[in-house]
Amino acid sequence: MQELRELAKKLLAEGAVKVVVGYAEGRQGVRPIFAATPEDADKLIFDPRCVQNLATYLSPRRAHVAALGKLAVVVKGCDAMAAAGMIREAQRKRDDFVLIGVRCGGVLADPRASAAVTEATVAARCPGCEVREPKIVDHLLGPLPPAPPGASALDARIAELDAMTPEERFAFWTSELAKCVRCNACREICPMCFCVRCVCDKSQPQWIESSPHARGNLAWHMTRALHQAGRCVGCGECERACPVGIPLSLLNRKVARVVAERFDYVVSDDPEKPAPIGTYRLEDDQEFIR
Amino acid sequence: MSEATAKTTEAKAGAAFEPRIAAFVCNWCTYTGADLAGTSRIQMAPNVRVVRLPCTGRIDPMFIIKAFERGADGVIVSGCHPGDCHYSAGNYHARRRFAIFREIMSFIGIDPNRITFSWVSASEGRKWGDVVDETVSRIRGLGPFAGYKNLVEKTHAGA
Repeated sequence: MQELRELAKKLLAEGAVKVVVGYAEGRQGVRPIFAATPEDADKLIFDPRCVQNLATYLSPRRAHVAALGKLAVVVKGCDAMAAAGMIREAQRKRDDFVLIGVRCGGVLADPRASAAVTEATVAARCPGCEVREPKIVDHLLGPLPPAPPGASALDARIAELDAMTPEERFAFWTSELAKCVRCNACREICPMCFCVRCVCDKSQPQWIESSPHARGNLAWHMTRALHQAGRCVGCGECERACPVGIPLSLLNRKVARVVAERFDYVVSDDPEKPAPIGTYRLEDDQEFIR
Repeated sequence: MSEATAKTTEAKAGAAFEPRIAAFVCNWCTYTGADLAGTSRIQMAPNVRVVRLPCTGRIDPMFIIKAFERGADGVIVSGCHPGDCHYSAGNYHARRRFAIFREIMSFIGIDPNRITFSWVSASEGRKWGDVVDETVSRIRGLGPFAGYKNLVEKTHAGA
């Protein structure tokens, strides 16, 4: 932690960056902090409660953040993948920001619980993580904690859903999506949802109806899942931001697995690796096409 | 209600299920193929409404969602065979997109058999007729798309 604060102060003092975006204690647990002074830098922390994906502040959609000047961002592996995604998709250049990587042993499912990372408390997405030491970063801090214990609860839940009949799955998703109030929090928090104008905001023609009803909700969530294909870094922020608890991570992870199986592509923090959508192979499977 | 309207409504209620199918086809191959099917007087089921687009690469999966929202029981997406794309690679990109979209539909619980994907070239009028007939009979077997229609009704009831 001292290492992180010293580095932040050094970057600020040297003028390498204007602001260090990191985590600090807030009134309701850990919150993001924009540290521009040495005093602020002394508030920086990192521990398993730091669930937020701060790479979202690098999104080209956030002009008010870009106006602050060059940023350094504290990133876990999943967050680093989001920064790499923006570079891969030509939204930002690598020199536009500094990444302060932190070695990660998984974060908590409930960031308000001050607990150790155990099989019972770990966030569902963390077990099996392969980017606990991100490579794209400029600085990599801290000792490598033990790998998050257990197996992913998401994979178990996906297996359950896959075993259901289509009617049961449709009933499950329509009842989950019926809760959606179309607040767009899932989109707003997502580092990869960087379109300046989202397709779901377009009204002429209106492909996706914007009021919270069964038909528009299904259209929105299917489209969101599709647009995340081969891009979602699995940070789980959409689900955390969702005020009504729709299990969006299930959908994201399912799509990620489909992409891995069909196109042999797993999202990584290597910005040079071409994404599966936007490229193709002549020999792609087409068993579903007559 | 006039007597004539009442009769029509009665006839509709009593009639066998006729699927409504939307077909999104590319201008260069399948549309021309369908045209050939027409000029060749190939008989096929009349349930399909064709929407012509420049390329399968232009067919956004949102079109399919919209078709279902507007009451389609099934959808056909068809374009040029691999290697034949007028724009070189549009169909390859579409192939990847639809491969994923199909899996999303299936995971959500929408039967992917509601959609037919096919490659029909400009000379394959016969194949287009087969694709249409096969799709119509499959959708006839599946019945009206009750799940999605209920969703639409729920929407209207709640709005």
